[in-house]
Amino acid sequence: MKSFVFPEFHIIRDEAKCGQCRGCERQCAFGTHTYDPVQDRLISDDYKCAGCQRCVVFCPKDAIEVRPTQSPYRQNASWSREKMEDLKKQAETGGVILTGCGNDKPFRIYWDHIVLNASQVTNPSIDPLREPMELRTFLGAKPDFMDIKSEGDDVQIETKLSPNLTVETPILFSAMSYGAISYNAFRSLATAACKSGTFFNTGEGGLPMEMREQFGKCAIVQVASGRFGIDAEYLNCAAAVEIKVGQGAKPGIGGHLPGEKVSREVAATRMIPTGTDAISPAPHHDIYSIEDLSMLIYALKEATNYEKPVSVKIAAVHNFAAIASGIVRAGADIIAIDGLRGGTGAAPKVIRDNVGIPIELAISSLDGRLRKEGIRNRCSIIAAGGIRCSADVIKAIALGADAVYIGSAALIAMGCNLCQKCYTGKCNWGICTQDPRLAGRLNVDIASLRLSNLICAWSHEISEMLGGMGINALESLRGNRDHLRGVGLYEWELEVLGIKGAGE
Amino acid sequence: MARAHLADPHMKKTAQGEERMETAEIDATNMETKELNGRLRDLMLLGVQKIALRNVCGQRYIGTRLYNPERRKVEIEIFGTPGNDLAAFLFGHKITVHGNAQDGVGNTMDDGEVVVEGRAGDVLGFSMRGGKIFVRDSVGYRTALHMKEYEDKRPVLVIGGTSQDFLGEYMAGGIVILLGLGGKSHKGNFIGNGMHGGVIYLRGRVERAQVGSQVEISPLDGADREIVDHYVSEFIERFPELGLNKEEILKDEFMRLSPRSKRPYGKLYAY
Repeated sequence: MKSFVFPEFHIIRDEAKCGQCRGCERQCAFGTHTYDPVQDRLISDDYKCAGCQRCVVFCPKDAIEVRPTQSPYRQNASWSREKMEDLKKQAETGGVILTGCGNDKPFRIYWDHIVLNASQVTNPSIDPLREPMELRTFLGAKPDFMDIKSEGDDVQIETKLSPNLTVETPILFSAMSYGAISYNAFRSLATAACKSGTFFNTGEGGLPMEMREQFGKCAIVQVASGRFGIDAEYLNCAAAVEIKVGQGAKPGIGGHLPGEKVSREVAATRMIPTGTDAISPAPHHDIYSIEDLSMLIYALKEATNYEKPVSVKIAAVHNFAAIASGIVRAGADIIAIDGLRGGTGAAPKVIRDNVGIPIELAISSLDGRLRKEGIRNRCSIIAAGGIRCSADVIKAIALGADAVYIGSAALIAMGCNLCQKCYTGKCNWGICTQDPRLAGRLNVDIASLRLSNLICAWSHEISEMLGGMGINALESLRGNRDHLRGVGLYEWELEVLGIKGAGE
Repeated sequence: MARAHLADPHMKKTAQGEERMETAEIDATNMETKELNGRLRDLMLLGVQKIALRNVCGQRYIGTRLYNPERRKVEIEIFGTPGNDLAAFLFGHKITVHGNAQDGVGNTMDDGEVVVEGRAGDVLGFSMRGGKIFVRDSVGYRTALHMKEYEDKRPVLVIGGTSQDFLGEYMAGGIVILLGLGGKSHKGNFIGNGMHGGVIYLRGRVERAQVGSQVEISPLDGADREIVDHYVSEFIERFPELGLNKEEILKDEFMRLSPRSKRPYGKLYAY
């Protein structure tokens, strides 16, 4: 059937610069560029271009430019180009529209409407280059009270403390599974996490055997509805265990890794036969209630001899704060909430773009609810979904989070340009693919350095901003909303965020 | 809370001359789950190989905390009724229940064996990847849900009676055998919904309407007969008191339920 969809990108080749080296042809897994020996020139097919910019970056002559095309349609505020073309694709195939990365729709980004405080004259600001600045964070349950025994100078804590994760900076790598991303990308995240004193999350793809000894100590291993790659050894080699209930990019639905991506190595790590669809059902079929969830939380604590904190990850949806309260009471040590803009390797676009609530509002309502109920100490909050810079991190913490997960930001650090074609498995940057030729493009040493550089840079910026507020420990900023003000927000939004308007 | 007492462990000299406990017993009367499992773990680490649990009443996760990197194996006998998630994440141990079991037996079990001399509740063998479970009587809803297999690991579930609805939902691997003993007919619905791997053998009949659309119903071939023959023998060995006759069981009609495709979601997406 003839497709009526227009190309999204236009490729401009400067023929004077092009040396016919065919590098672009090799770089593009979508088959955009082909060499025509008769004309001795390269021909580019706009229709195949994903806009990932790989050929542009790697053209040795700087001869290629890839630009988004103008909408060819008559301007129409209701029928946008995206709406029309998605509809056409569905008319042509009868299928669900898949996409990757996070929600790209213009929902209000609250981070950009919140401003931070700084000290002037009184409560003088602190220079983090001269004075110690504490970013270290402990993730896990804290006791309701502490019995202390002191004899002379010797002080002992009598209360039995729950296991906590120690992170040197409040930034963790979000769950991205081996299978969704390439082995090299997965290993880069693990390497950078260990180097930076933080953690990476295995997602629901297992942890390759040969990585367990070296990287287990900085791994949060996930237990999701498909239960892939899980055995007692996997649980026990890790620093913490996370039950994945939901994901911001696709709340309420499961996922599946198509058989094409289940290579021999991916199959071995997930512990499933090669080439079968790996299906994660929408719910955990042993969890239909908070009581059932509690059963799984304690099953995991039993399986790990009560030595590791157990986290529960949910998507931020309308009634999630009440659910989260139940999750804390069910015994979770950490709650990870993933907001509307959380990323994914593959999700139906209609779900990604229409389900869930923004993370900023979610952090505030969750922190507020747990405080009101007097159980905030019983769990830590990790916020995820749309964290783009260190300012977002510090605002998340001031709104009430203990730490954040970054996913898209980490991928961008490695080379991702958010072309949203992750689900095709043809990632030219070697990140979201299982094709050995493509995956080999990502160098673990370089990618992990880019990641640890990012963590280092953000940590410095966080220290600067904290110092500016006259605070020398991140702990003092947690849930300290007095340091935030809103600009250009409605009253209900300020109320949900628990902050005042600027100038108030 | 009543303190548990450890009945005199039976000591035995090993070849190296060390004294070593071979068997031990725990009285679980009024004991909390966490304490019971802690004691089980301590005994395992001491090198005890057989442990009997008396007066078990609802304690959960029995067998779950017995992971050890050395892969030591213990045999546990349970007298009473264990609670939910018996043998969850089980790592190669053997558990026999002299009585009924509740929900979640063998949840995400990796290896080992569970024998239930009675009936078992819902979500039996959920996401189980290896090992065997034998249940003398019938089982509840959502049995063998998302059971899977991997290389030489092929979980096996043999049920003497029948199961309620959603048997083998999302099933991705392994073998389930329902014997329908004692004239039990299979009344469960939604059998094998979303099934994309593994096989279910039923003694007796099910109607097409009881079975998910992804599932193919066929008669047993020679290879199937060998599998069924093998596991029926194992079942009979584990429940000698039933006085079962293998030939009697095998001569009846069996049905084979298997997935039509390993790729149930192959054609769902636009591009």
